[in-house]
Amino acid sequence: MSLADYAAEHGLKRVGARPAFVDYLMQAWARKDFAFGLAKYSNEAANAKNRLGRWWIILLPTLQAVVYGLIFGVLMARDRPENFIPFLFTGVFLFTFMSGSATAGASAMTSNTGLVRSLAFPRVLLPISAVLRQLLNNLPQLGLLLITLLIFRQTIGWDWLLMIPVVLLLTSFNFGVAMIMARIGAQVQDINKLLPFAVRVLFYTSGIFFSVDRLLVGYPELLAVLRFNPIYDFIELARGLLVDGYAVTPFLWLTASGWAVLTFVFGVLFFWKAEERYGRED
Amino acid sequence: MAAKTKRKAAELKPVVVVDDAHITYKVFSSGRRATRAAAGGGLFSRKMGLREVHAIKGLSFTIYEGESVGIIGSNGSGKSSLMRAIAGLTPLSKGAIYSSARPTLLGVGAVMLPNLSGEKNIILGGLALGFSKKQIEADVEKITDFAGLQEFIDLPMRTYSSGMSARLRFSIAASRDHEILIVDEALAVGDMEFRKRSEARMREMRDNAGNLFLVSHSMQSILDTCNRVIWIEKGELMMDGDPQTVVDAYNKHTGATTND
Repeated sequence: MSLADYAAEHGLKRVGARPAFVDYLMQAWARKDFAFGLAKYSNEAANAKNRLGRWWIILLPTLQAVVYGLIFGVLMARDRPENFIPFLFTGVFLFTFMSGSATAGASAMTSNTGLVRSLAFPRVLLPISAVLRQLLNNLPQLGLLLITLLIFRQTIGWDWLLMIPVVLLLTSFNFGVAMIMARIGAQVQDINKLLPFAVRVLFYTSGIFFSVDRLLVGYPELLAVLRFNPIYDFIELARGLLVDGYAVTPFLWLTASGWAVLTFVFGVLFFWKAEERYGRED
Repeated sequence: MAAKTKRKAAELKPVVVVDDAHITYKVFSSGRRATRAAAGGGLFSRKMGLREVHAIKGLSFTIYEGESVGIIGSNGSGKSSLMRAIAGLTPLSKGAIYSSARPTLLGVGAVMLPNLSGEKNIILGGLALGFSKKQIEADVEKITDFAGLQEFIDLPMRTYSSGMSARLRFSIAASRDHEILIVDEALAVGDMEFRKRSEARMREMRDNAGNLFLVSHSMQSILDTCNRVIWIEKGELMMDGDPQTVVDAYNKHTGATTND
């Protein structure tokens, strides 16, 4: 009788074995407080080091918006999309949430090695917590954005409430991205060097400070492809709701929802597949 | 071996079965020895400075209910690697380890979240293990008292001395009864008073039908707490059996004359 049979006969289970997918999700769900707690406490600890503390959550994006407004608004004064400042700020806000989630996800495993090495829990909670942390930082920024839009005389309406489903869909999409990046980042740490470049390229190509539709008016095929860019979809959706002169199309809702669901499902599966390998010291 | 296993199986229930466990680490090394080894490899060759360390070389043993196992061996003999593998935190490269419950590892070094206070580490640690907020809030005070850190519990853990953080980590783990608890030299940095208190707690846990693995360089701790000792050297099993016999053989091997 082999030792494996002997162990099975007495009902012993292999340690560190990856749980079945449904069990895995249930274990993770049972520990959701951990993901929230980790996000909240990490934010507090990070803010406690600075003198201005949590004010940086508001100050940083304000400074960023001023800089972008200066560069793209004053220096690139010609050929601007209509209603430029609200257009720009909405784009920057959504883009920051997405790029922040990708970056935080990529380092979610490596920056928490202490936790991974001392406690056994579903590792997917780490990228989830990283996105929750971004979300906690971004909600006050959303408030700031709405105030700025009012200052720039955008008409407030009931459709502003539709930002809630947009933020939820975007968060789901970001969960997916963070989980994918977390597995890649844990296995190929070089990704942390490449990611800033990827973020830059996406920033310049996703129509944050120019209108993709206007730029590509002569290339309908290229525009049709670019319309499936999830960053473009989410930003256009938010602009359609918040900024005067832009409209929401059913196509945008459909593609944004599609991206949110597909990325999340693929992300969980992709991350779960490598569950046994996280925390390996090589 | 098979006959022995069968005879024991009739009387005892196995708790942990280690079946031909191998652990290899792939490490990028640097320095003269590594560069020489890599001579001939190109910049992108995987050979460059990559060394395989075979930490555990095919260990097999079975632990039965109620046993407290001391693990001894010199530094770098693979004790901690084996314990981390039993806890399911380090994947095996070959073989398998089976257990009746998820073992809890209490190791050295790894402070969970150095920038958070001791109290928040207690809370997050409990939440990660799947306890509810209510259960943990009740535990926080008990854990703080056992650790004797009332004054410092709201300071970030990076400000703790190694002894203080070892106290806290042990207290967190010891606040609950575990079916299988692995204590990996976690008490080495504690002072004598805390060591006595924690050893008493470990014996209590053992008597409550828990299984204990204790890694220590203090033979006295091992003799006081364990009823079976496994001696590992360079990733291989040297000896396994009655504590006094194994410790005597180990002392003879290292040339030590006292048990401390």
